[in-house]
Amino acid sequence: MAPATCTAGYERFLRLKAPHVADFELVNDEGETPEDLLTKAKVLVIGAGGLGCEILKNLAMSGFRNIDVIDMDTIDVSNLNRQFLFRSKDVGRPKAEVAAEFIRQRSPDINIAAHYKRIQDMPEEFYLGLTLIVCGLDSVEARRWINAYVYGLAERHGFEGFKPIVDGGTEGLMGNMRVILPRHNACFECGLSMYPPKTTYPICTIANTPRLPEHCIEWASVLEWPRVFPDTKLDGDNVDHISWVVEQAAQRAASFGIAGVTFSLAQGVVKNIIPAIASTNAIIAAACVNEAFKLVTSCNPFLDNSMLYTGDSGVYFCIYPLEQVENCLVCGQKEGSLTASSESTLDELVAALKEHSAFQLKAPSLTCAGVNLYFQNPKALEEQTRPNLAKKLRDLFASGSTLTVTDPTLPTGLRVTVTFSDA
Amino acid sequence: MRRIWNQKKTAAEAQKTQTSESPAKLRLQKELGELAVTSDTSIEMSASNITQFTMTYRPTEGYYSGGEFRFQFDIGDGYPHEAPKVKCLQTIYHPNIDTEGHICLNILREDWKPVLNIQAVIFGLHMLFQEPNPDDPLNKDAAKLMVDDAAEFGRTVRSTMRGRRIGTVDYDHVLAEPSQGGRHY
Repeated sequence: MAPATCTAGYERFLRLKAPHVADFELVNDEGETPEDLLTKAKVLVIGAGGLGCEILKNLAMSGFRNIDVIDMDTIDVSNLNRQFLFRSKDVGRPKAEVAAEFIRQRSPDINIAAHYKRIQDMPEEFYLGLTLIVCGLDSVEARRWINAYVYGLAERHGFEGFKPIVDGGTEGLMGNMRVILPRHNACFECGLSMYPPKTTYPICTIANTPRLPEHCIEWASVLEWPRVFPDTKLDGDNVDHISWVVEQAAQRAASFGIAGVTFSLAQGVVKNIIPAIASTNAIIAAACVNEAFKLVTSCNPFLDNSMLYTGDSGVYFCIYPLEQVENCLVCGQKEGSLTASSESTLDELVAALKEHSAFQLKAPSLTCAGVNLYFQNPKALEEQTRPNLAKKLRDLFASGSTLTVTDPTLPTGLRVTVTFSDA
Repeated sequence: MRRIWNQKKTAAEAQKTQTSESPAKLRLQKELGELAVTSDTSIEMSASNITQFTMTYRPTEGYYSGGEFRFQFDIGDGYPHEAPKVKCLQTIYHPNIDTEGHICLNILREDWKPVLNIQAVIFGLHMLFQEPNPDDPLNKDAAKLMVDDAAEFGRTVRSTMRGRRIGTVDYDHVLAEPSQGGRHY
């Protein structure tokens, strides 16, 4: 337990009943107080950048005692203006490690572990050991991955795999926050269409009628680089690569009378860097950590389930319950099970999926663990997978395997677990 | 936290399922399994990797009729948040396709939306061959000729489709073989 002087801020919220939480308990069935829950909770912070630094600081000062932080990046000079856990001597070192060292030094009673890795590289046991995840990411790709992964954990492990995600994101003076309860409310993928795809420019503009320095940078990076270096992928973190892009782009800009091609702009365009404002990160990170605090302790109602902060036209907060999307590629999938003889054929299984009253599919396509078992279309794929129809199920997959089935009658996938009756 | 979990009884039970397909793969499976292409179009792919495939289009009308045009599709992990990557595999003379195979089609870049799909991209490519758009050119010379002298543009298209060098560019022979059902000219 932390010294009393440190807890004076938040303890009052944990020792008094809040008016809006009917089921708040000063001691739960397991004999734990809200403070015990807070002390035991193990929180993973994904991203130790602008949001991550704020999130870590807030968690440490709100009574959380077990924190893991993961980030695959190293510190760049340009991070120092807002990523306040880092100093110029730290440039080049892994963000997660430096951030963890800072927190450890400031609050020695906190167990903080750093992971200089990709989130995809952590084992399942690691994720199962968590209480909650707070994301401070700038990438839609990483959010999609963790969302789908955590959804799968809850599906396979029940409560033991239930890891709520508090997801923060900012762009300039705007930000958003979501509380994602896997299998209970809208998942990240449900709201994916609200995220604008990467800013791109018409390729004909880039090629022929550039008006902006960005057009010239895209010309150099998208058209010229692959032509001149067909075997090398352009690396936004490689100074030589970006310098080459700047040189090419600057020449082109000069010939079109365009000003403003700089190294940092080129890096921003190539890496799709989103402009960051320190205070917006602070607002969103603070909101994220308050939700994490409430989720863990049940002291007050938590957000249902999305918050939007618009600071670019006055100040406006919008709170809205995002609904689950029927055709969501993650949580919109339906579950089903079938029992079949291991001696029966895939053709018979397809027929069962069409005839079985629980499914009534029209033209199912089937895959199992990445193997394409049978596709109705396109013709070339149907012809290649057709021989599987005559094969026995036991020659295609093991009993208890989950098949991913798609069909025109289904909004998204159907996951059918097939058990062999003669297994 | 357990109370939150137990709020929704239907969700609270663990399923004995295995790991899901990634969202991108699932979406691709659904789209391909239901893909309906017209008889002038075919898809070539290997069942061992469905994220990369080629599409062949044989226009029966317009400047490019009788040709056989091949496109490489590459569906990344970011799909459908990110557009499929599509390139023309041949060197052809077209106002909206450069000699490197880059294609100026709005839905492949600035106007891509996750509600669009492979079917829409195929349809968009068909449109480029039915009605080349000289207002947003990638091959400026071709676009200018199309505007200035449509008949001469048509003749240049026909001759480059047989395989020909113009300036420093060797255009590929792209006329369909008669056995493959394309009309012959």
